[in-house]
Amino acid sequence: MKNFIRLATSVVVVLTLLLCSAAFSQEADVELPDEPFAAEGDELEALEGADMVIGLEPVMEEAAPAVEVPLPTHVTVSDLPNDDGTGLVVEFEKAPGETEALTYTVSVGAGPDGPWQEIGGFPATKKWKEEARHYYPAFFLFQKGRAGMSKNFHMFVIQELGDNVPLETGVEYFVRLTASVGDVSRNYAEILSATPEEQWFDTGRTNVLIFAVLFGATILYFIARARRDPNLFIRKISGLDAVDEAIGRATEMGRPILYLNGIDTLAALPTLAALNILGRVARRVANYESSLIVPCKDPIVLTVAQEIVKAGYTDAGRPDAYNPDSIFFLTEDQFSYAAGVCGIMMRDKPAANFLMGYYAAESLILAETGADTGAIQIAGTDAVHQLPFFVTTCDYTLIGEELYAASAYLSREPLILGSLKGQDMAKVFMMVMIIVGTLLVTFGIAFIKDFFLALG
Amino acid sequence: MTHLAIILLQNDLAPWQEVMSTFLTEGGMPVLGTWIAAGLTLCMLSFVYKDNPFFRFGEHLYLGISAAYVMTIYWFNFLKPKFVYPLIPVLDPHYGTPEGTSLNLWIIVPGILGVFILMRLIPGQGWFSRITFAFYIGGFTGVALPRIFAGFLLPQFFATMEAIPWRVNSIDSAVLLLNSLILFIGALSVLVYFFFSMEHRGFIGRVSRVGIYMLMIAFGASFGYTIMARVSLLIGRMQFLMFDWIGEEIVARIASLFHGG
Repeated sequence: MKNFIRLATSVVVVLTLLLCSAAFSQEADVELPDEPFAAEGDELEALEGADMVIGLEPVMEEAAPAVEVPLPTHVTVSDLPNDDGTGLVVEFEKAPGETEALTYTVSVGAGPDGPWQEIGGFPATKKWKEEARHYYPAFFLFQKGRAGMSKNFHMFVIQELGDNVPLETGVEYFVRLTASVGDVSRNYAEILSATPEEQWFDTGRTNVLIFAVLFGATILYFIARARRDPNLFIRKISGLDAVDEAIGRATEMGRPILYLNGIDTLAALPTLAALNILGRVARRVANYESSLIVPCKDPIVLTVAQEIVKAGYTDAGRPDAYNPDSIFFLTEDQFSYAAGVCGIMMRDKPAANFLMGYYAAESLILAETGADTGAIQIAGTDAVHQLPFFVTTCDYTLIGEELYAASAYLSREPLILGSLKGQDMAKVFMMVMIIVGTLLVTFGIAFIKDFFLALG
Repeated sequence: MTHLAIILLQNDLAPWQEVMSTFLTEGGMPVLGTWIAAGLTLCMLSFVYKDNPFFRFGEHLYLGISAAYVMTIYWFNFLKPKFVYPLIPVLDPHYGTPEGTSLNLWIIVPGILGVFILMRLIPGQGWFSRITFAFYIGGFTGVALPRIFAGFLLPQFFATMEAIPWRVNSIDSAVLLLNSLILFIGALSVLVYFFFSMEHRGFIGRVSRVGIYMLMIAFGASFGYTIMARVSLLIGRMQFLMFDWIGEEIVARIASLFHGG
C-alpha cells in the first residue's frame, strides 16, 4: 500500500513538473519574439545583421488576406427629435457589404480634434431606425414603401457621455464613427457635429393628444349634460347598498367604523375616489350617530380626509359630533402602517371595515385581520394584484373602475357623473375600434392600427 | 446644540456613519442585534395566535421607529438638499466647489405652498391649504394623464387589435386561434362589464357575466402568483430565525431527531 502511495505521489509530482515546464516554455515562446522589438536603434540593427550572418532565413509569415472594412457612404449627426434637448442621433444607410463581423463605434469629442470619448458600439446587425419608431413617427407615416425600408438605416442615440453625464442643451458636440472588423478599424472620413436642442412638442405623442382631446371633449359634454340633468342613468353597483347596511350594523352593535384610504398619495386617482366615498360614509355615520376611525398613511391625505369628514358631518347637520382626533396619522412606512391598522382592528373591534384606494402587499394582512374580527368588509381598489385578496376576504369588492363609479353613484355630483358617462362613451368607441380593427387586421387591412401606431 | 445643528445641516454624514457602523459591527453588537431582530420577529408573528402584549410592544416600536425614520429621510434626502441648500447655498458643505448647490429662488414657490399646508394649524386659516391641494392634484393629474394614455391605455388598445389566425392546420395553430379568441372575447366582455350606462340584463348581462368570469380566472392566477411571493418572504424570515439566530448546527441536530439520525 505504501509503495502504491509512493508511486502515485511520484507520478503526480512528475506530471506536475512536466505541466509546469510546458507552461513555462509556452510563456518563453510568447515572450521571445518581443525581445528584438524591445531593442532599439543600433542593437536592433545588430541583431538583424546577426541573423543574416549566421545564415538563418528570416521567417516570412504568410500574408493574411486583406480585411475589408466597409464604411457607410453618408453619415449624419443631428439633434435627437422629440426629446428634452439631451440627445443626438447618428444615422446612416447600411454600408454596402456589411457583414456580421462588422461593428460600429461612436465617439464624442468636445472639438473636431478630440480628445475622443467612446460612447458605445453596436454590431452591424443591430440598431435599426425602424426600431426607434417613437423618434420618427412621420418617417413611418409618410414614407412610401415602409416595408422596403426595413433594416436599411442604422441609428445610434447619444444621450450621455458616460458615468451618467447627460449631454448639455445648446452645446456643440463632435462625433466620430469608426467601423471595425476584428482588429482592423477605419474612421469615417468626416468628423460631424450637432447641437442638442429641446422640443416643445413630442410628435411621438400625437396619438395621445388625439385621444386626450377626443375623450376630454366627450367628458366635458357629459359634464354639461349632467349639470342640466343630474339623474343621468348609472347602473346599480353591487356592494354599494352594503355601505348603508354596514354602517347601520355598526350603529346597532355600538362599535366604530374603520375607513382606510389606501397607502398612496393624494395624487393617485384611487385615493381621490376613496376620499369621495369617505365623504358619503361620513355623512351616513353622522346621521346614524356612530363613530368613525380613519388612520392615514400620508400626511396630506390626512389633512384632506379631515376636511372631508368635517364637511360630511356639517352636511348631515351634526358638526358638533365631528371629532378631528378620530382621523389621524399613523406612519408612512407601509408595513408598520399595516401593523398599526391590524392593532386597531383587534383592539377597537370595528363592526365595519372600508378598505378603499390603492393597496400593495399589505392588503391581505389588513383584510384577513378584519375578517378575523368578524367585521363586515367592503373593499375597493384598482390594484390588480391585490384584488384577488380582497375578493377572497371581503364581503363586497369594488373592482377597478367600480371604485370610481361608486363615488359618482353615491354623490351624483355632475362633475364625477359626467366624467363617468364620458368614460363610458370612450369605452364604446374603443370596443367598436377593437372589433373593426381586429376584423380588418384579420383580413390583411391594417391601416387603422398602423395609423395610430405610426403616431405613437 | 451646535453639534446637533451641524448634523442637521451638514451634508457629509460619513464620519457619523463610520462611528455607527463601527459600533454596530464590533464587539457583541451583531449578536445583540440578531437577538433583538429575532425577538421582534417573534413578537410580530405572535399575532397569528391573537392580539397580545408582545405584539403590541412590537407594533408600537415599529410604528414609532418607522415614523421617525421617514421623517429623517425627508429631512436629509429632500428638505435639506432640495430646499434649504438652494435657498442658502453657504450652508452646503460643498459650497464654492463644482458640486456645491447654487442659489435657486424658484424654490420659494413650493416653499410657500408647503407653508400653506402648515396654516391648517392656525384656527380659521386652514383654507390656505386648499390652494396647495388644488395645485397638487391639478398638477399631478396633468402629469399623470399623458403617462397613463401612453403607457397603459393605448399600448393595450393596440395590442388587442391583433389578427385572428383562422386557418387551423395543426395543434399549434389551433392553440394560437384559441388564445387569440380568448384575448378578443375577454377584452370585449370585460369592457362590457365595466360599462355603467346600461343595466346588465339580457344580452349585455350575459356578455358581462363572461367578463366577470374572465376577471375571476385572471384573479385566480394572480392570487397564486402573489401568494408565492408572500411565501418566499416567510421563508426569508424563517431562514433568519433558523440559521442566523438559532444556528445551523442546532437546526441540524433538531432535524436529525425527526429523521431518527
